[in-house]
Amino acid sequence: MPKEKDYELRLYVAGMTPKCLAAFTNLKKICEEHLEGRYSIQVIDLLENPKLAQGDQILAIPTLVRKLPEPVRKIIGDLSNTEKVLVGLDLRERI
Amino acid sequence: MAETDGQNELSHRQLAKCPTGITGMDEITGGGLPRGRPTLVCGGAGCGKTLLSMEFVVRGAVNYGEPGVFMSFEETSEELAKNVASMGFDLADLEKQKLLALDFVYIERHEIEETGEYDLEGLFIRLGHAIDSVGAKRVVLDTVEALFAGFPNELILRSELRRLFRWLKDKGVTTLITGERGEGTLTRHGIEEYVSDAVLLLDHRVVDQIATRRLRFIKYRGSVHGTDEYPFLIDESGFSILPVTSLTLDHAVTSERVSTGIPRLDGMLGGQGYYRGSSLLISGTAGSGKTSLAAYFADAACRRGERCLYLAFEESQNQIIRNMRSIGLDLEPWVKQGLLKFHAARSTLYGLEMHLAMIHKLANDFQPATVIMDPITNLSIVASLNEVKSVLMRLVDFFKNRQITILFTNLTHSGELEATTLGVSSLMDTWLLLLSVESSGERNRVFHLLKSRGMAHSNQMREFIITDKGIDLVDVYLGPGGVFTGAARLQQKAQEKGAALATQEELERRRRVLDRKRQIMEAQVAALQAEISAEEEELQALQDKSKLQQKTAGEERERLALARQADSPEFKEGE
Repeated sequence: MPKEKDYELRLYVAGMTPKCLAAFTNLKKICEEHLEGRYSIQVIDLLENPKLAQGDQILAIPTLVRKLPEPVRKIIGDLSNTEKVLVGLDLRERI
Repeated sequence: MAETDGQNELSHRQLAKCPTGITGMDEITGGGLPRGRPTLVCGGAGCGKTLLSMEFVVRGAVNYGEPGVFMSFEETSEELAKNVASMGFDLADLEKQKLLALDFVYIERHEIEETGEYDLEGLFIRLGHAIDSVGAKRVVLDTVEALFAGFPNELILRSELRRLFRWLKDKGVTTLITGERGEGTLTRHGIEEYVSDAVLLLDHRVVDQIATRRLRFIKYRGSVHGTDEYPFLIDESGFSILPVTSLTLDHAVTSERVSTGIPRLDGMLGGQGYYRGSSLLISGTAGSGKTSLAAYFADAACRRGERCLYLAFEESQNQIIRNMRSIGLDLEPWVKQGLLKFHAARSTLYGLEMHLAMIHKLANDFQPATVIMDPITNLSIVASLNEVKSVLMRLVDFFKNRQITILFTNLTHSGELEATTLGVSSLMDTWLLLLSVESSGERNRVFHLLKSRGMAHSNQMREFIITDKGIDLVDVYLGPGGVFTGAARLQQKAQEKGAALATQEELERRRRVLDRKRQIMEAQVAALQAEISAEEEELQALQDKSKLQQKTAGEERERLALARQADSPEFKEGE
């Protein structure tokens, strides 16, 4: 069912740095808790594919991009602040 | 040998420069920007930061074969390409040739949510990728301060910027970083503290409603550089910066002499005219014939087959041509042959620096042998006297360096005849002064040669006559009554002629008197001589008479004695 995968997420990292690993772990956890079965995560390592940085206008590492649903949202940092991540993903109302 | 080795070593240790290819920039920096280091370009909005940095990259790619990366934080690649297309830069083509990489970095604050720790590795990767994709030697970040709008965490940002500049230095790319000028600081977010090698300040100032662009190197570590403010110009061929003054006064000189076009004037200038590549000044009161004289110079230059650039600040080309025809000088053929080029512009059309830049550009494009500026006085409308003087000084240096003869005309007002309004006479090698002298109800032009460096020249005043056949210099009438010109000169001439005639008559009269006297005297002499000879004759007659008498008396005595039977005379003694 398409509705199940309505959250298309991309995580941009640059190598296996502690920040990037932390971001991935945090993201996985949040998604499992709040978007179970409705998401896909694509991890892009810019060290391997530097060209891709231009497309999504990536400057900060790590950056999480919510490609779907529109509009595109960007969350930077290691995603350690769960509340802010949820706000960024529009899973929680902005206060 | 040891010495040269030492010098080589020294030059190795000196800062390597990266030529910008921007007109004038390499001259004031002694070769360009510090190679392999970042340079900060700061200035207010619209002062030309983006253009300067774009030209740096494009010229590097085109002129020096050094590929470049232009990372823009404000304008998209399309906008950039459009903006610089007017200057003849084809960015798309350069990108195709792998000489240029454009990267537009878009930052939208409200799309970004911060959660936890991050760094700007993405920026490094992007920049690194762009640099590697073309093998860039030059990088522009325009303007990196936009990052401050996108990332609220200034602590992270500042440490990342510090790392970025370090990283760029390590990469060995010559970088230009632009920054908007802040209040009291060079850049709004103080990024000058990370860029410690060279700081260039652009300024766009409006004085008396006339805008002037200037730039100044605030800092250039490890290099000698001009510290003045240099005016610059942005036009269809990009930036051009004018060095305010030549750093040295070492232009080559020639002893070649060229004619002024007026034989009598050449005669006054030691018989050969002025030196090629010297500076001449014609100053004079209104209507004293400055432009006519200047037109003669132009005509003479064209006759020699040289190009002449005529910068007119008061009259249009057609007006000058028409007016010069009235004195028998036709300049039009020279214009048609491309030897004479007029550039007529009101001095108020743009600022002084723009004029200067314009003149530089015209001179560079046209390559004239003679440049005429008529008149320089009008420039003082748009700037202070000091500025005009400094501009003229720069012009004189500029032209002398190229061995171009420069002729200025200057309007003076009676009362300060020997002081040029702009105080530029000391810059001039030859100074001609035209005066309008009033006498006996008319005005006449008088010509002086006030100075002419490096040649014997006449100290005599001449009357400057403009007729429908051209200009002529005539000796003025010098007499006990003073200097006479015009009708007074003619009158004086007539008077002298009359006086001479009178003298002649008197002379002849005297001669006649003398002749008569001589005749009288001669007659008297003749009379006296006649008298003397008459007396002599009388005396002779008397003598003859007395001789005859004696003789007769003797004979008579003898006859008487004979008659008295006297002794013969032989016995007479014995008695």
